[in-house]
This record gives sequence, structure tokens and C-alpha cells, in this order.
Amino acid sequence: MQFGYVSPEQIMKDRADYARKGIARGRSVIVIQYAGGILFAAESPSPSLHKISEIYDRIAFAAVGKYNEFENLRQAGVRLADLRGYSFDRVDVSGRALANVYAQTLGTIFTQDPKPYEVELVVAEVGQTLDEDQIYRITYDGSVAADSGFSVMGGAAEQVGRYVSEHFTSGASLDGSLRLAVDALGRDTDEPRQLATASLEVAVLDRERPRRTFRRITQPMLDSLLDRGASEAGSDGTGD
Amino acid sequence: MDVSRIGSLPAAFLNPGTSSFTEFLRQYSPELLPGNRLPAGADPGGLAPHGTTIVATTFTGGVVMSGDRRATSGNVIAQRDIEKVFQADEYSAVGIAGSAGIATEIVRLFQLELEHYEKIEGTVLSLEGKANRLSHMIRGNLGLAMQGFVVVPLFAGFDRGFEGGRIFSYDATGGRYEEHQFYSVGSGSYFARGALKKLYRDDLTVDDAIAVTIQALYDAADDDSATGGPDLQRHIYPIVAVVDGDGFRKRDEAAVAEIVESVVSSRNTRPDGPVAPLR
Repeated sequence: MQFGYVSPEQIMKDRADYARKGIARGRSVIVIQYAGGILFAAESPSPSLHKISEIYDRIAFAAVGKYNEFENLRQAGVRLADLRGYSFDRVDVSGRALANVYAQTLGTIFTQDPKPYEVELVVAEVGQTLDEDQIYRITYDGSVAADSGFSVMGGAAEQVGRYVSEHFTSGASLDGSLRLAVDALGRDTDEPRQLATASLEVAVLDRERPRRTFRRITQPMLDSLLDRGASEAGSDGTGD
Repeated sequence: MDVSRIGSLPAAFLNPGTSSFTEFLRQYSPELLPGNRLPAGADPGGLAPHGTTIVATTFTGGVVMSGDRRATSGNVIAQRDIEKVFQADEYSAVGIAGSAGIATEIVRLFQLELEHYEKIEGTVLSLEGKANRLSHMIRGNLGLAMQGFVVVPLFAGFDRGFEGGRIFSYDATGGRYEEHQFYSVGSGSYFARGALKKLYRDDLTVDDAIAVTIQALYDAADDDSATGGPDLQRHIYPIVAVVDGDGFRKRDEAAVAEIVESVVSSRNTRPDGPVAPLR
């Protein structure tokens, strides 16, 4: 309970601080363009609680922050995309429209609900060519940014993002981009870590695939893309 | 509800709960459900064209489903090149006979239902689960079926536990029956089934199985005016789908044309088709 006068600036600042703190607790997620599509990489302690998911034929979703909140938004996004595709046509479902709806929703929640959502999202849509790819980042207060090339969210987003921007080249190969993403995810502390493939969640929107372009990259394939032997990787290669 | 004018996500989208798209549609936008826009008590006889014969047969390691290309409206051929066999998802196919408009809408919703479940839950339904979903959807169409818009699907898929193809048939009330070896639905199905009975054997290869379905469709078209035979002049051939361990794929037209032509040319010498041994 607050007593007395609190300025709107102060209320907004408190809410933003609260949301930012929640988001900063989690590990980072990287979304990065490569020649053949868009790559998503995250460090995820659980193989089944996904931070990266398919929304529609050419659209995927990545999130950091509070799981129940972004999972809720993800399901709503799938419903919206499927509803639009069903009432119009599959080509009429766009990432931009979805990013707008997410922005409106998060903006409303930020100003009107007792507690803002502690989430940050990326909605990415793979185009026919590299130039047509779209990456939208939506923050807890409903701001939208269209990122070009790559997008980093989560705990050490600044540090990780700096590393990615130093090494990013447009139109790189899948394994090159994957290596960069995995290296960058390990730079969230002062001492660089090497992440085990078992703790990685990786997926791509593959430009060349017909219709549903989203594909998870499971551990055996991750190992071969990263040139890692089975002994280094540990654990078994299950995934979906 | 106008989908193009959604600004902020309405509460229905954010409610946790169902992973069924149909269920969601029923709550949020029921006017989009198949048949919900039709007035009760209307007599729609002859309003919509009818699709006809679908046949399916298993082979070692999978299942083949084929459908003729004709839609009829009374005694008139409404469409010569309609497609009635569809991919349901990665490992299953669905064919439809009956009222064409409602049937294609049910198929569209069924395809989306499977995809929606997969995306929301992060896992695919079992083959039985898919077959049961379709059963619910056909049952939901019962009111329309009683007005004359009957839709009878045939569902077939590859069962990963069982490592083979399975076939499910339905009645208009949504009753679901597993069929063994082969089955056929639609107006020409009696004739097709007769042919399937004589031509089916346990060691069919995929190409044999395709030939069996083409022969069966030929026999259906031979005796049922609503089933279209292969149209060699217009190059319109049956749609043939194969589902096996590698998933669903539609046989390309050139490959089907080759089999169709060999079937048709053998019928030049014996119009009633291959002879089955007497004992």
C-alpha cells in the first residue's frame, strides 16, 4: 500500500526496475541471422521448458524472464496466428502483426496491471531472402525494436550482445553462426565458460524448407555442427 | 469477431487451458466453425457438390491412400480435378467423401487442430489420438449431416509404435472403426472394395499398393457414375498419397500417370481388370 502522492514518473520507474530485475536473473537468448535463415540459441537448464518455439510457418518466438508469463504469451501468439491463418490464408500471418499485438498487450499490462510482466520477447520472421528477414524485440513495457542482424536478451544481454556485435558478419554459415552464438552465451560472466551441448536449446527458421520452416537442432546434430566429440558433450542425444 | 482488428490480446487468448484449436474457436469465434453459419431447418438438397470415392490399402511398412478427382452435383459433373486426399500432418493422411464444401473445411480445421496441438504442447498426438480428434469433429457435424451435408472421411497414418500403416473409417455420427488391410469410402466404395478384396495381398510393395488402389478406383468409376475414371485426354489422374516411416508424401503426377497408363492399357485387353485365381 502506498500513501500520499507518488509521481507517475516514480511509479513507472519502480515498475520498470522491478521488471528489469526479474529479467536480469535469467540466462541470455540470442537470435541471429545466417545465410540460410534465422538461428535461435539459449542456455536452458530444462530440455522441455522451451524458451524458443514455433509460432507459424515462418515465425518463431524466443523469450527470457518468467516462464509462466512468457509461456502464456507464446500460447496466445500461437492461437492468434492459427486463427488468422484459418480465417484468411496461411500467407496472411505476419510477424509484424504479431509483434504489434504483443507490444499492445505488454504495454497495457505494464501500465494497468498490479505487476508488470517480467519478460522480454523476440518475434522473428524468416523471409525469402536475407534482406526480408525480420527480428522484432519487445520489452516488458511494450516497446518494440526492429533489430537487424541479431538480437540478444536476458541477464547479461549487454555483455553478450557486445561480443556478438564484435564478431557478427552478415550472411554467415549455420555452423559459424552457431559457434558465435554458443561462444557469446558463455561470455555472460567475466570468466568465459564453455557450454555443454546438453544445456543448449537451439532452433532455426530454415529459409529453404517448404511451409513450416521451424526446426529444432537436437544434440547429436549440435555436436556435429560444433565439431564436438561425444565425450565432450556428455548425456544422451534426445530431443524432439 | 474481426480477426484483423485485434489490438491487444483479448482475455480468451491468454486463458491457459485448452490445446485444442477447435475448442478455442468454439469459445472465441464460433462463427468460424464448419457449419455454424448455416440456418437450421433449411433444405439444402443439391446445394453443394459431392466428392466421391477414396481407397486406402496398407503395404509392408506403410499405407497408400488414393482418391478420384470428380465432384458431382446431381447428374452434373461439378469439378473434374478436385483433390480429396490431403496431408493431415507429418505421418498421416485424410481423404474425404461427401459434401465437398463442408468436407474441405473440416479437413482444414483438422489439419490445423493437429498442428496447433503440436505447437502448444510441444509434442505430437498419437495416431489413435488423431483418429479420435477427427471422430469428434465429424460428430460435431451431425446436425448438418441430418440436413444432407454428410461428410465421411477416411483416415490413415503410420503408427510409430506398430511400425506400419493403419486405416480408420468413420460414419456420419462420428463412429470410428479401425479397418485392417484396406478400406474404401464414398459412392463408388462398394465396387472399389470388391476390387481391393481380390487384389490385396500381404506382401505388397509401395508400387504394388499404388497399382491396387488405381485398379480399385478404375472399377469404382466403371460402375459408379459419380466416381471419375482417369482422364487421359486432360491428364487428370487420381491423387495418390503414401505414408510410411519417412512420413507423408504425395506421389508426383508423372509417376502416377505411368501406373495409370499401364492399368488402362491392360484394360484394353481385359476391360474387367486382372483375373484373380479361383482357388
